[in-house]
Amino acid sequence: MIELVDVHKSFINTKVLAGVNFKLSKGESLAIIGGSGTGKSVLLKCILGLIRQDSGIIKIEGIESKNQDKNTFYDKLGMLFQGGALFDSLTVWENISFRLLRGKTKITKLAAKEIAIDKLRMVGLSAQVANHYPSELSGGMLKRVSLARAISGNPKVIFFDEPTTGLDPIMAGVINQLIRKIVDEMGVTAITITHDIISTRVISDSVAMLHEGTIKWRGKTSEIDKSENPFVEQFINGRPEGPISQT
Amino acid sequence: MNPLQSLGHITLNILSDIGKIFLFTISVISNTFRAPFYIKEVFTQFLNIGYFSLPVVGLTTIFTGGALTLQIYSGGARFNAEAVVPQIVAIGMVRELGPVLVGLMIAARVTSSIAAEIATMKVTEQLDALKTLSTDPIKYLVVPRVLAGIVTVPVLVGIGNTIGILGGYLVATKTLGFNWASYLQSTVDFLEMSDIISSLVKGSVFGGIATLMGCYFGINSGRGARGVGNATKSSVETAAILILATNFLLTGVFF
Repeated sequence: MIELVDVHKSFINTKVLAGVNFKLSKGESLAIIGGSGTGKSVLLKCILGLIRQDSGIIKIEGIESKNQDKNTFYDKLGMLFQGGALFDSLTVWENISFRLLRGKTKITKLAAKEIAIDKLRMVGLSAQVANHYPSELSGGMLKRVSLARAISGNPKVIFFDEPTTGLDPIMAGVINQLIRKIVDEMGVTAITITHDIISTRVISDSVAMLHEGTIKWRGKTSEIDKSENPFVEQFINGRPEGPISQT
Repeated sequence: MNPLQSLGHITLNILSDIGKIFLFTISVISNTFRAPFYIKEVFTQFLNIGYFSLPVVGLTTIFTGGALTLQIYSGGARFNAEAVVPQIVAIGMVRELGPVLVGLMIAARVTSSIAAEIATMKVTEQLDALKTLSTDPIKYLVVPRVLAGIVTVPVLVGIGNTIGILGGYLVATKTLGFNWASYLQSTVDFLEMSDIISSLVKGSVFGGIATLMGCYFGINSGRGARGVGNATKSSVETAAILILATNFLLTGVFF
């Protein structure tokens, strides 16, 4: 479903990705973990086509992403941004149905609003929220609306960028469960970028540890606690001493 | 870095910026004629850029028209040429002050607002979100704003010219003792169609420059609050300088 072969990316004199390789099968949920500044977000942006990699191959559904028509490519994808990235000037329902109202298949505003309300219910929000503006919502609600927008086009792949950052532990738990439920119910392939181990355990089937631009460990989520990989061990236990140095 | 190196560095940066702005302009032009077209966005920007700029344009031009009348009257009195006030006010407003003042006010009000809005959208990943929702930010954000600038600013210039002349008329007839009918007659008789057309063309070009600079600096802004601030500042500075330079060039072409 998703395949990365020897992906490299540098910014001026800084090498951010130094040969990332992994494969992800259909319906699998992968969490990419790692400390701050290890290139997680850059990797995600490369997969999404928001940044062009310097070298290497990124394939989605067997086709190299750079060879795909942009609209067709993005129609397959959904993305939950770290800060929500909702459009301030639009209401909640207009945000959720943004793609539907402006896409190739024209639908009426009423039908788009119905779909938006349906997606809101899927993320546990009532129809009353539909007419609010993003500035009127709490952090947890923003994440949920953003999640509703990510699934609005019934994507085949969903990306989650730090889905629980900035949320209290209870709300983070709610978001984690919601993501797991949506991934299972929709049968989508998911990639989550996170440094939250609790989130990783709930959301993902497998885990990839990214450090200094390469995958240091890849395994099932259930195996993460048994891993003897020094990078994984240090990261999940939150120890300052180890191969990962915080500068 | 020695002074020569600094000069070379600055020159390269300026040339690089000119190149980037040129490529951005080409991209905007090519996207203007390719579907999808966001008509609703264009009309929203007509309101934001055109209609909501009316108060500031009206106030700026009415006071400038009044001040211009006082200056010309006082200067003309030195060689008994007070009678030329209506003609000079009309030609001064229509050919120069109207388009330039409106252009600069649009740079202050609209360019800054566009740059800050788009830069904030970039910082909060809304531009990336647009792309992942199969929407090209150039088509959705830039083209409607630039189109609205090109179409509405000449209208604002026309209104500004009229209000400026009205300001001059009020000062001339209420405080300087001019006859209202002969003042209006002199204004109408003296102005030529080419004056009005050149004024509107200048307005259209200035509207394009102001909106384009707002969009360019917004889309290319740096990170964080400082990035947004710098984008806003650079957009207004560049738009104002380009408006004044283009005004000089257009004046040379027209007259």
